[in-house]
Order: sequence, then structure tokens, then C-alpha cells
Amino acid sequence: MTSLSAPKERLNRRVEIHQVSTHTVPPFTTPPTTRKRKAALAASPTPTTATQSRSRSRAATATESSSASPDTKPVRKRQKKTKAQLPGSGAESDLDTPKSEKEVLELPVEERLKATDLVTPASTTMESDDDFMSIASSADDFLGTQGSDDESLGEDFGDDFDGGFSKDKDIFSNEQKPYEVDFKVLTPEDIEREQNLQVNEVSSILGLPPESSAILLRFGRWNREKLIESYMDHPDKTLEEAGLGTNFDTTPKTEVVPGFMCDICCEDGDDLQTYAMRCGHRFCVDCYRHYLEQKIREEGEAARIQCPGNDCHMIVDSKTLNLLVTDDLKDRYRTLLMRTYVDDKENLKWCPAPNCEYAVDCHVKQRELQRIVPTVQCGCKHCFCFGCTLNDHQPAPCKLVKMWLQKCEDDSETANWISANTKECPRCHSTIEKNGGCNHMTCRKCKHEFCWMCMGLWSEHGTSWYNCNRFEEKSGSEARSEQARSRASLERYLHYYNRYANHEQSAKLDKDLYLKTEKKMTSLQSSSGLSWIEVQFLDTASQALQQCRQTLKWTYAFAYYLARNNLTEIFEDNQKDLEMAVENLSEMFDNPVAELARLKVDILDKTAYCNKRRVILLSDTAENLKNGVWQFNVEW
Amino acid sequence: MGSQKRIAKELAELTESPPDGIIVELANESNLYEWKVFMDGPEDSPYHKGRFELKLTLPTEYPFKPPTVSFVTKIYHPNVTNDDKGSMCLGMLKADEWKPSSRLSAVLEFARSLLGEPMPDDAVEGRIAEQYREDRKRYEEIAREWTRKYAGGAASS
Repeated sequence: MTSLSAPKERLNRRVEIHQVSTHTVPPFTTPPTTRKRKAALAASPTPTTATQSRSRSRAATATESSSASPDTKPVRKRQKKTKAQLPGSGAESDLDTPKSEKEVLELPVEERLKATDLVTPASTTMESDDDFMSIASSADDFLGTQGSDDESLGEDFGDDFDGGFSKDKDIFSNEQKPYEVDFKVLTPEDIEREQNLQVNEVSSILGLPPESSAILLRFGRWNREKLIESYMDHPDKTLEEAGLGTNFDTTPKTEVVPGFMCDICCEDGDDLQTYAMRCGHRFCVDCYRHYLEQKIREEGEAARIQCPGNDCHMIVDSKTLNLLVTDDLKDRYRTLLMRTYVDDKENLKWCPAPNCEYAVDCHVKQRELQRIVPTVQCGCKHCFCFGCTLNDHQPAPCKLVKMWLQKCEDDSETANWISANTKECPRCHSTIEKNGGCNHMTCRKCKHEFCWMCMGLWSEHGTSWYNCNRFEEKSGSEARSEQARSRASLERYLHYYNRYANHEQSAKLDKDLYLKTEKKMTSLQSSSGLSWIEVQFLDTASQALQQCRQTLKWTYAFAYYLARNNLTEIFEDNQKDLEMAVENLSEMFDNPVAELARLKVDILDKTAYCNKRRVILLSDTAENLKNGVWQFNVEW
Repeated sequence: MGSQKRIAKELAELTESPPDGIIVELANESNLYEWKVFMDGPEDSPYHKGRFELKLTLPTEYPFKPPTVSFVTKIYHPNVTNDDKGSMCLGMLKADEWKPSSRLSAVLEFARSLLGEPMPDDAVEGRIAEQYREDRKRYEEIAREWTRKYAGGAASS
């Protein structure tokens, strides 16, 4: 019998657990068809614009894409099937109404994809889509290539084009997806312009000089209405608090004052240039300048530099600054002011990408983050969450992301391992790992004797020494169920964590693979006769992969916190579809470079399909989040 | 920059008309930037009758950068670290609160007033601060004991 408090082999065991749980997938309780139907029902479809015939043809698409996508190869087969089915698609769809309804719901999203992705040589299946033909025909050479290289046309997307959706497209193409937010990217110039605009406005309303208005605004954290109100009520008090005097007559200038001695350096030369703000604290220009320089350059202060005078809270205004410091410092000062401007305003955030100078303007408030995941894309292409400025983490809300990261960071795996693989002494709660021997445990610490199997008192065992066959005793059963719970919770966590980590890792690998491929793209250009612009499909595909994996990664963190219900099953279906789409596309990159040109159409199709699945998943999640219908297993 | 002139002036002022219970001198005649300060414990405090040695260090950028003050003599006080550094955390000595026109005499006077009235909310020794708040009598006993032991103060009850 042994009792250990910190066994070394825990780490090894931990690894084992990892491996085991990779294969642990929670069994689905319902067959796929039932789930699909539930999904459709739960989504409560309202096909307002699409007509009956449209929904039918959509149904064919739906059947195709959802049934064929899980396979890795059968793109061609699937497409042939589609062709065959097209004439009878109406009849076909009647067999599976729920799906058709579900697809109709997703329609706006796909419509947009169609317009932007240009993936589909749809001319064969297109019927009367004038609007779309023009776009398709502009991609003529595209079609030519596909025709000669590969006969596999992306019909499952081609279907998207038939049925005369052209009219709807105009309506939908401007519509925002449920997971998107309005935002604006601001360059440094924009920010400065915006700042000046507000300063001038307040300046003209209050009749104060602009540099004073700027100080007032910064004091009021750019809340114009509140500031004006408080100034109107108590002008002197507001000015005082903001660090402004009430006397605005003097223009700042340096002067020589007879008999003056600088309080800072104690110099008292007759020709000493001196300066004082309206507060009257006079210092020599050298000291004043040195003081400002140090504040700006070393302390990074700008908006709240006070008069150098002891206990004086008057804020140094921009006119004073411009009078005293060198030009490069003025630039720095302006940059710093801009920084405080963005920091002060709730609707502005700096792009967190290294060396990026842009800010993003978005009106999603902190309290709205329960219902929305505001992902924005900066002018530098960096995608980040406006709520928490972390990298794009859709569909998981900020709070859950924080909890998840914390959980992963806390080395909670170790904690979980301990709770799953060790037991506590029922009396003194020392952690004990049994590393062999009999079941008669004696705690090294408190000498408590108990049975490892049932956790009950050893004395209760009577004569059944080496074999614990007791089950009913309460003392033991409580301890056992606790053990089972923590084991299950560990397995659950690892299930999600492994998938989360896997997508993160795979995204890196995908990128590496693409970077290698990219080098060979030049050779692909010469060997296949494709132009530079034509081999960009690899770039597009790689980016889609990255993006989808990013999304997938966070779906696992999100799912970890989801309570089990029908919505969760729909979510998991969407997750699975996206995952398969991603794996299929990812696989394409394993092909030799020489093959890639031939596979172009296939890759394009798969790329579009990935994007489509991602849009569907994110839209679904975002809408449920907005409506507050997700149920979580944690409070947040 | 004329920091030497300013320091010399402040030193002259402090030696000519020293504030109550404070004596300053240069630690080394050739270096204006290291001062030795002797501070008498204020009368109505447990540090009474103790004489504490402090070290005042001026940065080369003085007076644009704040000086640092630390206790050389061990002292039992919520605002002085109970280690071999004896550092103090004075609000007015923080970079963003320090003004170049602030005077060393004010710094030293403030440090002395802190002996009479500790600021437990800005404590560097949380345990002593807690005791100061919860069990003033015990705090005063220990402070007096330490004063007697380290600062040469007579033990008074």
C-alpha cells in the first residue's frame, strides 16, 4: 500500500490521457436524418422572397452538397449526379422538404458568395440569369481553362446560379451577414481630422480658443454633450478642474524679467528668457523645455502635462508647447495626443497588429458583447475582435474566449489529471496516487485506513480483505461518484481542447505547406501556361483554409461551454460540415505542384464550399447569440 | 543643465535653517548627489527619541527626476520596507507626480510627518499596516521596541 503526494510519473500519464481522449467522440444520440430535420424545424424557416420552384432547385443542391461533401474524392461523381438530377429536381426535393427549407434560409449568404467568388463555370446549367452571365462571361478564359484541363465543373455551385436568383441578388448582396458588424478603418490622418473637427466645434460653441477646448475635451474624455452641459452650468469650476485658467486673453510668449531667478535651476542671469502659462508660474525657457521634453519623450505624456510649478495643475496647452519645443517633439506630441484620443473613445480601438498605425471605429459597446462577436478587419488586413482586440475568435463570444484561454493557461489539465487519477484521503484530503499494492490504504499523513476501491472505512470491510465487493455503503459510493465526475469532465475538456489545438496547429502547417507551394508557383506558371493572376487561386485557397481553421478552432472552445440541446446538435452538424470541407481542401495541397494546375477547378470549388460552410456556421451561431437562445453550461 | 547649482542651493538652505528634527549632510563631500539625513522621531509617535538615518539619492537629471529616499536605520513602519533596503513609497516622489520645482525640504518634512502619521492605505508592508489599523497598541509596542533597539531611542512605555 502506498500513498504519494506528488508522483513523478504524472506527466507521462497525462500524455496517455491525451492520446486516449483523441479518439473519444461523444456518441450522437440521434441518427443524422433526424438531426437534420430537427435542425430545419428549429430554424423555423420563413422563405419570404424565394418562390416554391426556387426552393425546390435549392433542395437539390442541398441534398448534393450535404451528402457528397463528407467524402474526399467524389466531387466528380457528385457533379455528374447533379446533372442527372437537375431535370427532376423538383420531385426529388419533395422527398426532403426540411432540407429545402433549411437551404432557403441560407440563401442570402450563398447569393453573396456567388457574386464574389466567381468560382463557377456555371454556363452549362445557367438558365436565364442575365445579371450573372455578365460576370461569368467576363471570366471567359477561366471557363476555357477549366474546360480543357478538367471536365469537372462545379455544378453544385452551378446550381446556385440557376432558378433566376438574379433579382434577389441585388437585394441580398448589400445585406449584412448576421455575424458582421459595421466598422470603419481610420488612418492617423483621419484620426487627427476627426479630433480637430470636434475641437473646432466645441471651440465655436463655447467661444474658447481651440487649444483650450482641446484640453477641455480631453478632460471630459471626448464626451462633447456632457462637457458642454457641465461648462454651461459651472464654467469656472469646469475650467478649473480641467486644468485651465479662466483668463484667455494673453498670447503665449517668452520674456526677460528683471531680477528673476528660475526655481528649477536657480539661474538668475539678466538676459534669461522665461516663460509662464496663465497660472503665472514662471521658469526659464531651458528648464521649461527640458521638462516638456522629458514628459513627452521619456514618460510618453501629452494630454495631461501639468505646469512645472509645485502643486499647480494647469495643463500645458498646445500653443505653449509649440512655442517652446523642437519640431520633432511636436510630432511626437501630436502622436501621443492621438493615442489618448483613441484610448479615450469607446468606439475607437487601435489595430493590435505590430507596426500598424490604423485605428478602427466600431460602435459595438462593451455590454453588447454578450450578444455579438464584433470581428473587424483593419486596413492592414489583420482580423481582430473589437471587443477584446484578440485575434478573430468567431463564433465564441469574448467572455467565453477569455475563460477558455484562462482554462488552457491555468495548466488545468494537470489539475484535472490529478483529480481524475488520484484520490483524496477521505479524512485529511491529502492527494494520493496508488502505485500498486493492495487496496488497504493507510494515509501516510493522518494514518486513516480506508479501502482504495470503495473509499469506505477499512474497518467496515470485516473479513473481505483483498477483494472489495461491497457496493452499497454510502461512505464509498460518494467518493466514487466524485471520481467518475472529474474523470468525465477531464475527458470532455480534452476532447474539445485537442480539436482546438489541432486546428491551430493545422493552420500553421497549412500555411507552411502553402508557402512552399508558393515558391513553386512560378514554375507552375511556366509549365502550365497559366498567368500569374490565374495561379492566385492557390493563394485564395490558402487564405480560406486559414480563416476556416481559425473559425473551427474557436467552435471547439465555444462548444465546450454549450449545454446540450437541439441547437447544439445543429451547431455540431455545421461544425462537422465545415471541418470536412476544410479537410478536403487541405488535402489538395498535398498534391505535387505539377498536379495543381489540373486540379484548379476542384480547388476552386472546394475553396468556395469551405467559405460557404463557414458563412453558414457563423451566421447560425451569431443569430442565436443575438437572440439569446444559446444555453451554456457556465455563467458568464 | 544647472542641476548642481540648484542642489548646492538647497543643501545650503537645509543646513543653514534645517526643518524641525532633520539634519542633512553630504555622504561624501565630493558628491552632491548622495545625502545623509538624520531624522528625529516626532514627539507624539512611537519613534520618539529615536534618531533615524536616511539616505537621499538624487538622480543626475535632478530636479526633473525625483529623488529617492530610504531608511538606513531599521524601522517598524507600514510605509517602509522591512528589509535591508528600507525603501519608501512616497506619492510625491513618483515620476508622474514629481514637479521640478518641488523642494527637498518638502520631501524630508513629508517623510518625517509620515512617522507621526503612517498611511496604511499606501503601505509597502501590508502586515504592519493591518496591525496599525487593527491593533494599534501592539503596533506601537513593536515600533517603540525597534526604535530602542535600532535607533538608539530610550524605551518609554
